[in-house]
Amino acid sequence: MPDEVVENSEETNGAPDSEESAEEIAEAVKTPPGEDLKEVVESAFPGAVLEQSAYEDDEDEATFVLDVDSIVAVCTHLRDHGDALFKLLTDLTAAHYPEAEDPFEMLYHLYSFEHNRRLRLKVRIKEGRAVPTVSGVWTSADWMEREVYDLFGIEFEGHPDLRRILLPDNWGSHPMRKDYPLEGRGERIYTKPKRKEIGE
Amino acid sequence: MGIVEGKFSDNFITSKVDSLVAWARKSALWPMTFGLACCAIEMMASGAARYDFDRFGVIFRATPRQSDVIIVAGTVTHKMGDAIRKVYDQMPEPRWVIAMGNCATCGGPYANYAVMQGVDEIIPVDVYVPGCPPRPESLMWGVMQLQKKIEQEKYIRK
Amino acid sequence: MVGVANVSRIEQQSTLHGTEELVINMGPQHPSTHGVLRVILKLDGETVNDLDCDIGYLHRGTEKIGENINYTMFIPYTDRLDYIAAPSNNLAWVTAVEKFFDWEIPMRAQYIRSMVGELSRIASHLLWLATHALDIGAMTVFLWCFREREMVLDLFETAFGGRLTVNAFRLGGLHEDVPDKFLQLTQEFADIFPSRVDDYETLLTNNRIWLQRTRDVGIISAEDAMDLGLTGPIIRGSGVKWDLRRAKPYAAYPYLDFVVPIGENGDIYDRYLVRIEELRQSIYIIQQCLEQLPGGPVSCKTPRTIKPPEGEIYHSIENPKGEFGFYIVSDGTTTPYRVRIRPPSFINLGGLKKLCVGQLVADVVAIIGSIDIVLGECDR
Repeated sequence: MPDEVVENSEETNGAPDSEESAEEIAEAVKTPPGEDLKEVVESAFPGAVLEQSAYEDDEDEATFVLDVDSIVAVCTHLRDHGDALFKLLTDLTAAHYPEAEDPFEMLYHLYSFEHNRRLRLKVRIKEGRAVPTVSGVWTSADWMEREVYDLFGIEFEGHPDLRRILLPDNWGSHPMRKDYPLEGRGERIYTKPKRKEIGE
Repeated sequence: MGIVEGKFSDNFITSKVDSLVAWARKSALWPMTFGLACCAIEMMASGAARYDFDRFGVIFRATPRQSDVIIVAGTVTHKMGDAIRKVYDQMPEPRWVIAMGNCATCGGPYANYAVMQGVDEIIPVDVYVPGCPPRPESLMWGVMQLQKKIEQEKYIRK
Repeated sequence: MVGVANVSRIEQQSTLHGTEELVINMGPQHPSTHGVLRVILKLDGETVNDLDCDIGYLHRGTEKIGENINYTMFIPYTDRLDYIAAPSNNLAWVTAVEKFFDWEIPMRAQYIRSMVGELSRIASHLLWLATHALDIGAMTVFLWCFREREMVLDLFETAFGGRLTVNAFRLGGLHEDVPDKFLQLTQEFADIFPSRVDDYETLLTNNRIWLQRTRDVGIISAEDAMDLGLTGPIIRGSGVKWDLRRAKPYAAYPYLDFVVPIGENGDIYDRYLVRIEELRQSIYIIQQCLEQLPGGPVSCKTPRTIKPPEGEIYHSIENPKGEFGFYIVSDGTTTPYRVRIRPPSFINLGGLKKLCVGQLVADVVAIIGSIDIVLGECDR
């Protein structure tokens, strides 16, 4: 039983597709993850992929850093191109790095049903810079962009309905930013009602 | 109790009337299903087959107008606070509040910007039931504590 | 002039009679919104013209908390996301963090993880069936489903000490081995449960009221489902054979045999059938786990402080509601730099507008039930 385990776990980690032969797997490990997808993107938009990385060369963690203006075009291309077919926007979120030159990072996690693989796209932006919306590419981005707007304060150009989604409309601040304290800034203060004691 | 409330001095007749009223009130506590989070699932389990809350005369109502007690089951966020207050105001007197679970009691594990640190910030709570979430037995204990409290309340006595 | 005035008066009257839109508020305190969902419906007579969801009534800042505590301490918070299937969430978090390391998780732990994960799927689907049937008007199913759900919760209690929020797994395996009684009781449960599923089906599957309320209601095509990001039983109900337990296997799923059920029309009835079949498949998986369960340790050697190397990972598992994942950025310290929860309910609920517009107002409740949302994880 344990022998079988090791074999299988190696296969599932390294290979983009479990049906590939052993040589192909070895070859795939040599090239950086997502190289073929980079070619797909570069064939239509040369120079669009600014950086390419992956955690421990894991094929599912392939990450491209893109320019903010090309995001909609690249996403549409990746959705429709036959070698990519990323029809599912798994997740859309952001991260805040206050120290960095471009403090906000937009993250798009894509999944392709046909090829059973994942891809992460990143866009780095400055404070106050609006990002073009991808809700025209995947409808599911609508709510997720509203959430990013709510929690990070990143605006989206062309979004059909950009409102707060999780917090009350009049909240006033964006809690997932790193400079926001966990306990909040005292947005709501209440006066405690009197409790009725026993026998009253 | 309207016009007779708190009008009479303490004597044999009034104390008997009071205990009759208290008995009637405590035996048919109709709670409002105010499930907010995890505790709501345990509240549903209390009402379902195994724990069977009906034995205590506790029948869940879906509207505040027909209920005597509101069981605040779950995390109360600032956004939810206004709705809770509105629902509480809609309930007819006499009304009681059970804060079920740690979140409704004191914010529980969520000491952060979004969560109100206990529902007693906005409505007066009669019984706090600890647990995360409390077992259905704990909720029964809470209801029985509330029954004891109702027994001791004065209605027509001063 | 007079003529023009008359025409405009007639127009005004026609808008007064029958064509005015009615705005109805549903929730956040409503028994069939499964929590604290608020839906604002715009109705034309009985037909839903437009719909707006107001969520966030249970936003508890879990992601922010995750950035302030260490990796092990976050496990109990994951319990409280999808609180109906708490062990599944634990599994998602521990497998996500383990992706940073090259630990070899013992097979016994992997099998127990899969088994408990399937038990939580049964618990979740039972609660879904109970409340969904109650919304549509079948009270008996509610009581029956809770009867079996209590059995599953008893199993969790035997193994981990908690009923609902169990804090089942640890990074690197399990906290300690499950007692023999747990395996014995699970075997007993697996023996009787299939006949109980038959009982539910006797009540519902060919029930005329059930069929009228669910068939050809809330239809969504596979293309639309992908576009809306729907995952889990909804997309399988629309005919997409996609299950992360097969597509990206984790825990002991590579060695387990099961069928991924799919529907044809993508209506509420198909989602119901998919979930009912998943109940049976879960029991089948549990039986295999019990047969194949290897001995040995239940935890690998892990360092005292968990410090993942710098980097970012995304890992997701097939929760009962859909794809449930974590995106974690580590800066090499004991606390994560960024924790993002990929919530299936949140994204599935985003499809509610598409599902409901054009349907009757009474079907909105049935459609919300068929999406199977849980607000704890939707609002996080």
